[in-house]
Amino acid sequence: MGVVLSSTILRKVAMALSGLFLMFFLLQHFAINITSVFSETVFNQFSHFMGTNALVQFVLQPILIFGVIFHFIMGFVLDIRNRRARGTRYAVYKGSSNASWVSRNMIISGGTILAFLVLHFYDFWVPEMKYKYIEVLPENPDRYYEELVHKFENLTRVVLYVISFLFLALHLSHGFSSAFQSIGFNNKYTTVIKSISKVYAIGIPLGFAFIAIFHHLTH
Amino acid sequence: MRKKKITYSLNYRKPKVLYNTNDELTVCLRYYTKCKKSNRSKVIKKSTGIKCKLKDWDPDWHKNPNRQPIKASDIHHKKKNKSLVDLAESFLDDYLIISNPIVYSEIDSKVPSEVKLADKWTYHKNNIRLVSPANKRLIDVIVVGTGLAGGSAAATLAELGYNVKAFCFQDSPRRAHSIAAQGGINAAKNYQGDGDSVHRLFYDTVKGGDYRSREANVYRLAEVSANIIDQCVAQGVPFARDYGGLLDNRSFGGVLVSRTFYAKGQTGQQLLLGAYSAMNRQIGRGKIKMYSRHEMLDLVKVGGKARGIITRNLVTGEIERHSAHAVVIASGGYGNLFYLSTNAMGSNVTAAWKIHKKGAYFANPCFTQIHPTCIPVSGDHQSKLTLMSESLRNDGRIWVPKNKEDAEAIREGRLKPTDLAEEDRDYYLERRYPAFGNLVPRDVASRAAKERCDEGFGVNKTGEAVFLDFAAAIERYGKEKAHVKGLDENDNALVKKLGKQVIKAKYGNLFQMYEKIVDQNPYETPMMIYPAVHYTMGGVWVDYNLMTTVPGCFAIGEANFSDHGANRLGASALMQGLADGYFVLPYTIGDYLADDIQTGAISTDSPEFEQAESNVRVQINAFINNKGTKTVDYFHRKLGKIIWNKCGMSRNKKGLEEAIAEVKALREEFYKDVFVPGTAVSFNEPLAKALRVADFLELGELFAKDALERTESCGGHFREESQTPEGEALRDDKNFTFVSAWEYKGEPSRAKLHKETLKYENIELKTRSYK
Amino acid sequence: MKLTLKIWRQENATAKGSMQTYSLKGVSPDMSFLEMMDVLNEQLMEQGIDPVAFDHDCREGICGSCSMFINGEAHGPDRLVTTCQLHMRKFKDGDTIHIEPFRAKPFPVIKDLVVDRTAFDRIQHAGGFISVNTSGNTQDANAIPIEKADADKAFDAATCIGCGACVATCKNASAMLFVSAKVSQYALLPQGKVEATDRVLNMVNQMDEEGFGNCTNTGACEVECPKGISLENIARMNKEFLLASYKV
Repeated sequence: MGVVLSSTILRKVAMALSGLFLMFFLLQHFAINITSVFSETVFNQFSHFMGTNALVQFVLQPILIFGVIFHFIMGFVLDIRNRRARGTRYAVYKGSSNASWVSRNMIISGGTILAFLVLHFYDFWVPEMKYKYIEVLPENPDRYYEELVHKFENLTRVVLYVISFLFLALHLSHGFSSAFQSIGFNNKYTTVIKSISKVYAIGIPLGFAFIAIFHHLTH
Repeated sequence: MRKKKITYSLNYRKPKVLYNTNDELTVCLRYYTKCKKSNRSKVIKKSTGIKCKLKDWDPDWHKNPNRQPIKASDIHHKKKNKSLVDLAESFLDDYLIISNPIVYSEIDSKVPSEVKLADKWTYHKNNIRLVSPANKRLIDVIVVGTGLAGGSAAATLAELGYNVKAFCFQDSPRRAHSIAAQGGINAAKNYQGDGDSVHRLFYDTVKGGDYRSREANVYRLAEVSANIIDQCVAQGVPFARDYGGLLDNRSFGGVLVSRTFYAKGQTGQQLLLGAYSAMNRQIGRGKIKMYSRHEMLDLVKVGGKARGIITRNLVTGEIERHSAHAVVIASGGYGNLFYLSTNAMGSNVTAAWKIHKKGAYFANPCFTQIHPTCIPVSGDHQSKLTLMSESLRNDGRIWVPKNKEDAEAIREGRLKPTDLAEEDRDYYLERRYPAFGNLVPRDVASRAAKERCDEGFGVNKTGEAVFLDFAAAIERYGKEKAHVKGLDENDNALVKKLGKQVIKAKYGNLFQMYEKIVDQNPYETPMMIYPAVHYTMGGVWVDYNLMTTVPGCFAIGEANFSDHGANRLGASALMQGLADGYFVLPYTIGDYLADDIQTGAISTDSPEFEQAESNVRVQINAFINNKGTKTVDYFHRKLGKIIWNKCGMSRNKKGLEEAIAEVKALREEFYKDVFVPGTAVSFNEPLAKALRVADFLELGELFAKDALERTESCGGHFREESQTPEGEALRDDKNFTFVSAWEYKGEPSRAKLHKETLKYENIELKTRSYK
Repeated sequence: MKLTLKIWRQENATAKGSMQTYSLKGVSPDMSFLEMMDVLNEQLMEQGIDPVAFDHDCREGICGSCSMFINGEAHGPDRLVTTCQLHMRKFKDGDTIHIEPFRAKPFPVIKDLVVDRTAFDRIQHAGGFISVNTSGNTQDANAIPIEKADADKAFDAATCIGCGACVATCKNASAMLFVSAKVSQYALLPQGKVEATDRVLNMVNQMDEEGFGNCTNTGACEVECPKGISLENIARMNKEFLLASYKV
């Protein structure tokens, strides 16, 4: 950890790797959630597996939580260091002339996602943990779909989710291809990466938003 | 303006026929003076007390190059002749100009005479003294300037083990003006198999320099040129390569082979960064101590030897003393004497001029190169001129309209150059010089452009520009490319498009630069160009070891005079800078430093340092307290105008005499009326500039004086009085095959001329012809 | 043209600076930006005001001395130019122009618009070279053919002029483009491969010690770079650094 924190490049690589890991998780998360649109049973089966499998619960889940926390803390550390590296601020700084808003404001999109995650954890993860490990209620393999649908009855929540997904899209649209650049991948395949990046950054958040709206409207 | 001749004569007291050859007569000095009242000239005769037998007297002494009147048959001829020179010199104070017959003494270039030309350098290297590695650690060397010459010298000296202190006025050594060299670097590699050789490079350089350079130095330069390329490639300099992965070459003006290595239009940058990287390695090892943003303001001599310098820290204004066992000046040329030049704003003569004032002779100051392809002046606000690489002449054709009416219409914007029919254009270089065409040497191309513009054929608002046209090249390359690709060679649009691609690949950055400055697209309309001051062949006189006439003070690169004669060929400046710094000075300096192995560190507390520092402080305080009314730039601009108009591309006696008087008057006005704001102990650019301009104001006078003395035309020095009926430069080999080396005598006007006769043993002196 | 100029004035490194306003008349569109500054300075000196200090030397876009942050952009609004190549025709009559020094912690202001960029030199001292002595006995320049594509890429990286626009313009004041250009130039050439590991580690360590920010891949440096140095170099350096860290 100390080594990683001491070098600007390693800090960035760590950021990229944790980001790539989170993006992979997001893809997996999406893949399970989208099944809820087609089939209640399939969704419940997947969720039950994820919720009860020991490997997922006691190995992957802590890694994920560590990844999330690491990515956020590192993001803030980078931002503070970067602000400090400037010293005196410019009176006029025209960032828009040479770089996209998204790339310059990852801390804002990231911060919004953090706020969303708090809500999201409060909505799903905290009750889940309570259910399983504190109250130790008996496992019901069919409860997941119900809980999901129930959450999206509230319009405010759906709106908040959709807004968050918008920021997620922004964050991903820079983060995806940027991660490859950080780990040293910039060559003739970069255009391909950029295209995948676009598809992913728009597709995944759009899909999540669709799920939320779908359940809100259909129930 | 008084202009005096001093001649020697014998004091005959009775008719000549009554003497016999064994009679002894007194030699006297004769000179003319003008009586103030009657305004009539009269001859003054002054006895010297030196006697000479009639048979030993050379009545034609003024025709022989040494100008010694007493023949060798007199056993005391050396002593007597020297006394005569000394006596004649004692009159100098009363004279502004000493004209022919000139009183001077010969200086020794210390070229080894024992072996033939091709073996001289090897022989010399094998016979000069060396300093052992253990002793090198005990020796300090100061290098002033970090361009190609200074940077490469500093790095190599440090590699050898000397303790180097390097100085530059820029904020980093990487910004020295060598960085702006565009075209390339010559080397006799013969990679193209077009018949190149060391001898041919040597020959081309001497011929290009119009037979005014030292044979042995030029040969050495050609000899080490191939090593430079090897060295630079090993350092990672990314020269242009062909598809086989081997180095590419192009052709430059004044030669018939392709021997120029290049890195697009940024060769100087790449070579300088190579030298800079070599320096970095030594800075990292602690063998070079780098002082950036420092300006050298004086040389310190202790016991007659160069032992240190006084510098000003340009950030804090602090005056510092630095000592060393030898001082190397690599401060570049003095083109900014003209105010407008392609030199960087900060390029200056100060370091070179300060050593001149401390005893280093200044050689051939009037040899200046006016580069033919620069972007023309756009207005009075102009602060500097931008060069367009000579390589453009490989493909560009230079022309002006054939008819004055067309030229006028173009000037007024009524006619577009592209609309002018082929038969109404005058490709004057191709017309005048069919063999070399657009690739004649720089001096020839510049004068031809001036001639056309003076005749009224100029093509921009100011009437001082000619066209450099790529349309033909675009078409030629386009057709070639279309043919290779199997496309239609008659499709004009396609050919144009393909042709432009080729041109872009070759000169893209230059075209872009032109467009940024002039706001015209050179792919569509011909470029406008005009000559501008670019390089100074003249500089501090050095011997074969590159040592000046001050023991322990060396001069390398553009700062010295040595290799280019009266005109430099394209792509040779980079070659010389690196040759001096990498391969010559590091050897030859050892010969001098071998005496210093037991000297120990030089103290900076000696009275000599004290005195030098206090002189610098006095000068600085005088500027700060002057509180005049005009800025430094005002004087610099004015000086530039005088020099450009009267000592520029063509010079005549009247103009040069006027220039001498005007520069002197301007200098006096400068000291009276210059305004320097701010304080001495802060970052103060106007102060730094004032110190530089002060030296230009002295150099300007010597420059004109040198041009006046050299009544022949040669290379970049064109005297209107000396030209062929066709208007080509006319050399006077009989009287001027020598280097003029000026010794400082308290004021530029009193500078004493020494000469180094140039002996051509391997090359026959010919009239340069590019027809 | 008539202009209003708002310029950062700062007496020396330790003084507190501020933006000052000056108005300037008679500016020709054909002037370069620095020639406009010359005119301003002449005017200021006439008024008894200390002229604005700024770095400049070659005035043809190659030495890398000039360093102005003009209207919120390094080297001003034009692309692929340095301040000295920027011409006044890019501005309109009556414009207000903000001029500030290149700002970064490792680039302390010396005076007005002049900053100290020796941090760049120190990074180069750490490893910006190939260790080869001057001997005259190095192997023939054509002994190792180099693929044209690599040679061209190395050249493109080598065109960096070390002006610091990348640092000035980067919202993080990161020097990655500068450092990566040098690392790339050598990494692409066979001559440079021998020392590649040490070079990248040493140069990056020095860069970090100087206090430059972290790259966040905004790409602003590439856009503002007067020589158009590509972001590809940064990726290459990241890769080189990772491999080197692994090796050591």
